[in-house]
Amino acid sequence: MLDHTGFPLEITGETTPMVSFRKVRKSYGALTVLKNLDLDIAEGEMVSIIGPSGSGKTTVLRMLMTLEQIDDGVIYVDGQPLTHMPKQGRLVRANERHLRNRRADIGMCFQHFNLFPHMTALENCMEGPVQVLGLSKAEARDRSEELLELVGMISKKDQRPSRLSGGQQQRVAIARALAMRPKVMLFDEVTSALDPEVIGEVTNVIRKLVSEHNLTMLMVTHQMGFARDISDRVCFFYGGKIEEQGPPAELFGNPQRERTQQFLSAVREAV
Amino acid sequence: MFDWKWDFVWEILPRLLVATGNTLLAAGAGYAIALVLGLVFALAQRTPYRALTFVVREFVEFIRSTPLLLQIFFVFYVGPQFGLRLSPWTSGMIAIGLHYACYLSEVYRGGIESVPRGQWEAATALNMTITQKYRRVIIPQAIPTALSGMGNYLVGILKDTPMLSVIGVAELIHVANSIGSEHYRFLEPITMVGIIFLAISLPAAGLIRLFEGRVRRKLGL
Ligand SMILES: Nc1ncnc2c1ncn2[C@@H]1O[C@H](COP(=O)(O)OP(=O)(O)O)[C@@H](O)[C@H]1O
Ligand SMILES: [Mg+2]
Repeated sequence: MLDHTGFPLEITGETTPMVSFRKVRKSYGALTVLKNLDLDIAEGEMVSIIGPSGSGKTTVLRMLMTLEQIDDGVIYVDGQPLTHMPKQGRLVRANERHLRNRRADIGMCFQHFNLFPHMTALENCMEGPVQVLGLSKAEARDRSEELLELVGMISKKDQRPSRLSGGQQQRVAIARALAMRPKVMLFDEVTSALDPEVIGEVTNVIRKLVSEHNLTMLMVTHQMGFARDISDRVCFFYGGKIEEQGPPAELFGNPQRERTQQFLSAVREAV
Repeated sequence: MFDWKWDFVWEILPRLLVATGNTLLAAGAGYAIALVLGLVFALAQRTPYRALTFVVREFVEFIRSTPLLLQIFFVFYVGPQFGLRLSPWTSGMIAIGLHYACYLSEVYRGGIESVPRGQWEAATALNMTITQKYRRVIIPQAIPTALSGMGNYLVGILKDTPMLSVIGVAELIHVANSIGSEHYRFLEPITMVGIIFLAISLPAAGLIRLFEGRVRRKLGL
């Protein structure tokens, strides 16, 4: 069934994408940051977003995490509208209650970690499960310790963030997001604020997630080699649009568009 | 030098100590009201309801830019015109509580605004409700910033309690003044009041600083 503006009330069928941006537009005042974005991400797919600074990469993730409202279009998660809700056969802007229901499917890691400084690593991970999901302390502790083990931070579980290095904080932040059991994980330049020698400990955790878990992931990154290694698909953003996308071997090996070629050669020169 | 009479001091000391109790009670009760009401005012200014935000902000500005003495008079003498007949104590607590609530709301607001935006976003990413965000993430981090301001106003409210004497609350100045008039001697009672205030404020300020440090450490900041 279609909304009066032509958007489906839900997406059904066997190939329902886990995430679907439909004609999404976002402006800040007079500045249009994203124009008519269409992007489908399949369940279990790992999609990387690359592109020059200011091209709207972060905004894509923030809209999906519902940190920003969109101006036009609809975002669907697991077939259900996220930014909107059905009301009498049409889609209206989601209220906080609808957002609370749908947001549970999505988790996000930030460039600057944003751990809660007044809680230990373990408490950071337990906070969401206990407060939001209503798990018992014991259940939340088991789940959190398992995840801290996964990211290699179990030995530091009782440390506050201020006592941890950037790489360690980011690994705790990944565990904290995973503790909510999201279907979709978002990574916004999670290694950009890190010293070069600790980048590997974070990318290795993400590699492990890709190979061992069936998470759907959307990652903004400046690490072309990493994106090439682990992505199913790479999207090159330019000026608020997807200029080119494809499997990493094709996009990096044989870019079709001139802007993609320019960007990739500029990045290679910088290294 | 001075004509200081120790006999007189011992004689009036019990009355002054009772009055000290009243001063502490007034400061304590007024501060408790201000702590709670101040938080209400601060949070009200952060709701999406424009009209509410506007009214509260203007009210806070109004109270902060008029003298406390006027507000005490207003509640006590103008209240009855509206059929609101309140005892000196009740009027005093309302006036002083409201007055300091407005100052504390600004302290809270400063504390809340000092918490980085990323903390709100992380809380949203964990799908917290607005109440959970404040209770679990924002307020615990706002408190260390707010604490020094909160401590200053605790000492401030103590020093402002003498204003309640004008409507007849039997706090220290009021009692000292009565004693003075009864005996035609003001030197001892007024000096004693000064010493008593000093004896309360100085340790209080020290304790507040100690407490501040402890909270900061406890929150790991
Ligand atoms: N809150 C905001 N207010 C105004 N402009 C913004 C805001 N957030 C982002 N922008 C602008 O939107 C554009 C895209 O930003 P962003 O998505 O962060 O880019 P990227 O992550 O690709 O570097 C930039 O020009 C940026 O300045
Ligand atoms: Mg960015």
